[in-house]
Order: sequence, then structure tokens, then C-alpha cells
Amino acid sequence: MTAASSFLRDAPIEHVIVPPQASELAARYDGLLAILTVICGAVLLLITVLIVVQAVRFRARGGGPRGYDRLRARHWWVEAAWTLPTLIIFLGFFAGGLALYLAAFEPTQAPALTINVIGKQWMWKAEHPNGAREINELHVPAGVDVQLRLTSQDVIHSFFVPALRVKRDVLPGRYTTLGFNATRPGIYSLFCAEYCGTDHSRMRGRVVVLEEAAYADWLSRQDAAATPAAAGAVLFRSLGCSGCHAGDGPVAAPSLAGVYGRRVPLADGRFVLADEAYLRDSILLPRKHVVAGFAPVMPSYAGQVDEAELLHLIAYLQSLGAPTGPAAGPAPEEVAP
Amino acid sequence: MSTTASPPLGRRLDTRAAAAGRNYLNESTSLRSWLLTTDHKRIAWLYLASITFFFFIGSLAALLIRLELITPAGDLVDSDTYNKLFSLHGIIMVWFFLVPSIPTTLGNFLLPLMIGARDVAFPRLNLLSWYIYTLGGLFTLTATLAGGVDTGWTFYTPYSSMFSNTAVVMAATGVFVVGFSSILTGLNFMVTVHKLRAPGLTWFRLPIMVWTLYATSLIMVLATPVLSISLLLIVLERVFGIGIFDPALGGDPLLFQHLFWFYSHPAVYIMILPGMGVVSEIIPCFARRPLFGYRAVALASLGIALFGFLVWGHHMFVSGQSLYAGAVFSLFSFLVAVPSAIKVFNWTATLYQGRIHLTGPMLYALSFVGLFTLGGLTGLFLATLALDVHLHDTYFVTAHFHYIMVGGMVTAYFGGLQFWWPKMTGRMYSEIWAVIAAITLFIGFNLTFFPQYLLGIAGMPRRYHSYPEAFQLLHVASSAGAVLLAVGYLLPAIYLPASLRWGRRVDNPWGALGLEWTAADTPPIKHNFHQTPVVTGPPYGYRNDAEPA
Repeated sequence: MTAASSFLRDAPIEHVIVPPQASELAARYDGLLAILTVICGAVLLLITVLIVVQAVRFRARGGGPRGYDRLRARHWWVEAAWTLPTLIIFLGFFAGGLALYLAAFEPTQAPALTINVIGKQWMWKAEHPNGAREINELHVPAGVDVQLRLTSQDVIHSFFVPALRVKRDVLPGRYTTLGFNATRPGIYSLFCAEYCGTDHSRMRGRVVVLEEAAYADWLSRQDAAATPAAAGAVLFRSLGCSGCHAGDGPVAAPSLAGVYGRRVPLADGRFVLADEAYLRDSILLPRKHVVAGFAPVMPSYAGQVDEAELLHLIAYLQSLGAPTGPAAGPAPEEVAP
Repeated sequence: MSTTASPPLGRRLDTRAAAAGRNYLNESTSLRSWLLTTDHKRIAWLYLASITFFFFIGSLAALLIRLELITPAGDLVDSDTYNKLFSLHGIIMVWFFLVPSIPTTLGNFLLPLMIGARDVAFPRLNLLSWYIYTLGGLFTLTATLAGGVDTGWTFYTPYSSMFSNTAVVMAATGVFVVGFSSILTGLNFMVTVHKLRAPGLTWFRLPIMVWTLYATSLIMVLATPVLSISLLLIVLERVFGIGIFDPALGGDPLLFQHLFWFYSHPAVYIMILPGMGVVSEIIPCFARRPLFGYRAVALASLGIALFGFLVWGHHMFVSGQSLYAGAVFSLFSFLVAVPSAIKVFNWTATLYQGRIHLTGPMLYALSFVGLFTLGGLTGLFLATLALDVHLHDTYFVTAHFHYIMVGGMVTAYFGGLQFWWPKMTGRMYSEIWAVIAAITLFIGFNLTFFPQYLLGIAGMPRRYHSYPEAFQLLHVASSAGAVLLAVGYLLPAIYLPASLRWGRRVDNPWGALGLEWTAADTPPIKHNFHQTPVVTGPPYGYRNDAEPA
């Protein structure tokens, strides 16, 4: 790889405090932030005023006898009088935060566009569905439900776009997803927010939000060697996977046609959903989930494929159509829970 | 508004102190008598010397960090050095200053005096704790000299276990070792409070300081072993390559975060509860009023200690932890904030109808209330699920916990040190300078850390060696504040030692109540009391009557 971390292309930043609102979530986020700021600011002001005013009013040299302490006379009532409103306000904050969180991070509909993003020390690599790749930059269309499939090649990173008010840790050995719908075209900061070593602070870039047509145009101008699925197909042959899984070699291995999204019966009697994590585990840790009816003879490919290649292989497996062989098991519809 | 000149606070000025001949300081003076002492008061001084040393190192690292951040480019030190500096700062400040700060110095000195005991329950174990602390400190210093460690104080895996090329094993060993010092101190304090209270000193007659030390000890004993285990697992993975945390070895990196925060969130309360205790002693004394809501404050301390164990997941809202776990941790985080709010209201209400003396210690205590309140309120932002997504791992978090740890705990520590300085030394320090230092600290602190809230909202991530130019203005403000803050910390380092030579001899300059003031000499004799005190009433019997002129 070229020394991508040796130069930085920061997004232009014009805000001093509140970042631009590049999505509807950002506007709702700022609303909630404002509510908390006002309420908490009022409480802080109240406490400060009470301390300062009392420090002056009841100062030692103020002479004179002190009045009747009404607060102490009804001590437990006073405790209740400040505890209950506190609790209610706190529960209100909790509910507001949870509601916005659910709305933002539990998308009900399937994303229109899934982009793979891999974090590695110290750069972001993105791959679009047509195979277009970029480093430390991510182009996305405006007004589209975008989902990032995030993983890390090495340590934990965190994908943070302040203008979208989103952040998600990027873990090695695991796929996490981050969904957003950017509504305002523009160029926004992208930061790694989880400390990841020497050049952590240089692991930053830009998210470029384009109008849908402009995104399509940009995509078409990229030098996309091959789609992830096509690249995966090449790997599938060159790594020798096809010898057992698609050929008629001496070793019996389950056919992988249509495996993605299916419930797979395992040798120990369990069933497991063949999602990205399952496919990934099966390549790297083949003995973790042995398919029923097959011997645990597959070698691990850990160390032979990197995260980008794993995503290509998964894309290829996803692209495989309906089952072709008898060993493939029932089609997805039949086992859908 | 210094009140040192006004006689009412120091009615018994000089009398008993002058009459007292021998005390714990002068009954033997050899180096051996200090290094092999089992006297809790002397052990407190041993700790005071050690943690002051580490506080100085930790502060120096912080100053270098702030100097580096004046410019957006990483130009003062290189990235690796910067990463080692903030790691050193965190490790030293958390485990070698904040966790032991009040418990091992003021706590060690005061706990037996406050409950009318001759010493802690296990005096030799107490001395052993200090040696273990020192050993842990030596490991950490060795790690620093061996090139330093760059994992941050959080030691997140798999970076710490498989990727960092620095002295992780040595540093983790230092923290592992010092953990035993915490555990032993906690155990010692708990047994002391249970078994050695003076006749008549029931639980609800204990000063709040004792309650908070007890609650702190509970956390030290229950949480620290989990940290020790986690660090041990890192070392095992690093040295032997067993797969616990690194997914390449079949491990789970999030497991470490769960284990780490299971200790480190309760540890946050180790780092604030004793400060609350100190403030609960100072405010009633200088408001000349009993602490408002004594029982509520006492029970809130225990509530914090117990509920503090159920909120660790709020450090992991964006880590990939399940959404529902996040929701539960968010709810518990709000609930644990309630007892803290109760305390703030009670301290404020204590001032009502008082006779308030704005002495140095009182200014520190009132600063504590203000800074802790802001730190606590901003904690609510971080407990709010959706808001945390943006604010997590930004300078907002840095600002939040510094308001609690530094604005809160360190301010309380300085306030407490000066409040009990006359008791510990028999000498009065310069009150004018104490007032100046307290005000400098308050202004310098806010100037340093308030801009960091704004940086966080603006999206500036933590632990960045270089940063986009747009953030420079706020960083410069923060660095300027750090210089002022350093002045605020240096002043007591000058006028407190100076008082040992030039300070007036005093007995009870504050007219303070509590067994340590009313039943013991100043400074106390070796075994604290001439005869076992008997307690007949509640604490904080202060009266707001006009004082005799």
C-alpha cells in the first residue's frame, strides 16, 4: 500500500462548536442536546446562585442572630422534594435518549446501499458494491439509506462522522454495521475515535455526500477492477475452495450455492444462520461450526486472506444463486422462522 | 475575607499544643522509625510523600500534552511520545494518585482518630500496603524508563495484548501490584470501622468521612481483583499467546472492556467518594451548621458504592454491545446519579441559616460542589444513549471526568489537606495564600476543562496528537488554563511546607468538632488518645450562634 497516512485531507471545518447537520438525525440530536443543556444549565445556575447568595447573606461577620431554619424542621419532606423531581427529570432524559437511539440505530427497512469499510492501522478503506475503492474518503449518495459494514484488519478503531452524529466501533473479527441517511450534500470530517496506536490522530478523512445522480456519476468514473463478488469468485478458485466445495474432488464438502441467509444444520445438532459472521468463521475457524454430515477436514485460511478478501469471498457466496446439489439443503424460504 | 485573624474560630489557640510535650512526630525521629512505623499517622505521611511525587510526574506529563496541543500539527513531540505521555498521565494519575489520594493520606490519618481508636485494625498490614504501593510504583517507573507504554490507561485489547511494541507487561505488572495495596487498605479500613469504634459511636453517629471511606473500601475490596485478573490475562496473552482477547487467536476484544469497566467504573467512585467525605466535614464546620440530611448523605454513599457496580456498560454504548444491554446500562447510570444529586442538594442546604467563614478549605469545598455538579450534570449527557453516540471518545468525555476527578477529587484533597494540616502538623499555614490558591485553582481549572466540553461537541476525538486547525482556538484556551492550574497546584506545595517552619503553633484553629479535634492533642500523641473517648451524641454539633468576640 502507498503511504496513505503520510498525507491528510481534512474536510473543511467551519463550525467552532456545533457541527453542521448533514442528516435529519443530526437535527433531532441537536434538539435533544439543547434540551439537556438548558435543563442542566438551569440546575447548575441554581446551585451556584444558592451557594453564592448564602455565602454572602449568611456570612460570619453579618452579625445578628439567625432565623428559624424552616428546611430542617421538615427535613425528610425537603429530601423528597428534591429527590423526586430529580428522578423524574433523569427518567425523562433516559427516555428521550433511548427513543432517539432506537429511531436512529434500529433501522426497520433494509438499506438501499451497503458499503464495506475496513479499518486498519492507520487508514480507512472503503469498497462500494460495484468494486470502486477509496482510502480515507467515503462517497455516499444523499437521501439514501446507507449501511456501512465495518470491520478491522488489526485493532479496534471507531468510525466517527460528527456531521452525521454517528459513531461505531470497528472491531477485528467481527462485523458491525452503521446506518445513516445523509440529507445534505457536502464534505464532512471522518475521524477514528478509538485509540489505535502511533498514527491514531492521522487516521482521519472525509465523507463526501453527493446528490444521487452525482454519486452515480462519480461511481461510474471510478476505476473499478471488479465487483467484490467477481473478485471473490477469483479467490474462490485461486485459494482452492472450489476444489472441494464446487468441484468433484475426493473430499466431500457442502455445496455453498444459496448458503447465505439459510439456516445450516450442524454436526452437533444446532442450527446456525449463515450470515456474514458465520461465513467468516467458517473460513478462518472451520472447526467452530461443522456442517452436519461432513467430516471436519477443512483447513483454516487464517493468515492467508485479509479482511478485504474475506468480504470478497462473502460477497461471492452471497451472489451464488439457488442450490444446485443434493447436499445443499432446503431453500431459504422453507426454513424461514 | 480571611478569618485567620478573628479569634472565635480558634478559641483554644496555642493552649493545649503548647502544653503537649511529646507527639507522634517527635517521639522518635530516626529514618528507621519512619520506614518501619506501624503508626497510621506516620504511614499517612509516607503515602503523602509518595503520592505527591507521582502527582508531580503525572502533572508534568499533562503539561507536556497541553503544550503539544497548542498547535494543530504534532510538532513538540512525535506521535509515539505523545501516546506514551497520555498513557503515563492516565496510569499514574488514576492508580498512583487518585485511587490512593484521600484514603491513604487523610483516610489513614483520620479514620482511627475519627472513631476513637488507637490505630487501624491491622497496623502492620497498613505498612505493608505502603510497601506494595511503592513496589508497584517502581514497576511503573521502570516501565517508563524502559521506553514507556502507549496503550492508554485503559489497556484496550487487542492493541495492548498483541500490537503495542512498548513496555506493556511491566506497566501492567505495576498496576497489578498496586491493586493489592488498594485491596489491603480497603480490608483494613472495613475491619477498623466495624470493630474499633469508640463506646457510644453508633453507625449513625459516624462522620460522613468515615461513611465514605467505608463505601470506598467496599469497592476497593470487591472491584480491584477483577482488574488484577484482567491485567493478568493481558500479560498471559502477550507472553504466551493464549487467545483470550485477540480475535486472531479466537478471543473476544470486547470481553476485556467488560472486565476492565467492571472494575474501572466502580473505581470512579473510589476516586470521588472520599472527596465527598472531606467536603461533608468542611462545609458544616465553616457554615457552623450540622450537615443537612445526615442520614440521606450517609446512605447515598453506600447507594453509590453498590449501584456503581451495575453501570459499567455505559462505557460501551458504541462498542457493538447489544442495544438492549445499552438501554439497561443507560437506565442504571441515571439511577446512580440520583444519590450524587441528593448530596449536592444537602451540602447546599447546609449553608442555610449558617454563619459562613470563607476560609481556604471552605473555598476548596465550595469549588468542589460547583465543579462536581457540572461534572455530574455532563455525565447525564453521556448516560443519554443517543447523545453518547456522538460524544463518546471525544473531548467531552475528557472534560466530564476531569471535572469529577480533578475539579472534584483533587480539589477536595487539597481542601482536606489544608483543613487537617493543623491537626497533622500542629502548625497553621498562610490562610491568605490558601485563599489565593483556591481561587487560582478554580479559575485555572475551568479555563482548562470547560473549552474541552465545547471541543467534544465540535467532534474533536480524544487521544489525538494532531488535529484539524479549526479546533485550535479552544485548545489554546485549554492550554492557557493548564498553566494557571499548575500555579494553583504549586502554591500549596510552597506555603504548606513553609508553615512547618514559620507557621503559628495551633490546636484547633477552626473550632472544629469531631473526635480528632476535640479528644486528641494537636498533633496527636502516638496512640492518639490519653483515654478512650466516649461518644454521646450525633456528629456535627455546630451552632450558628454569634461567636464570642
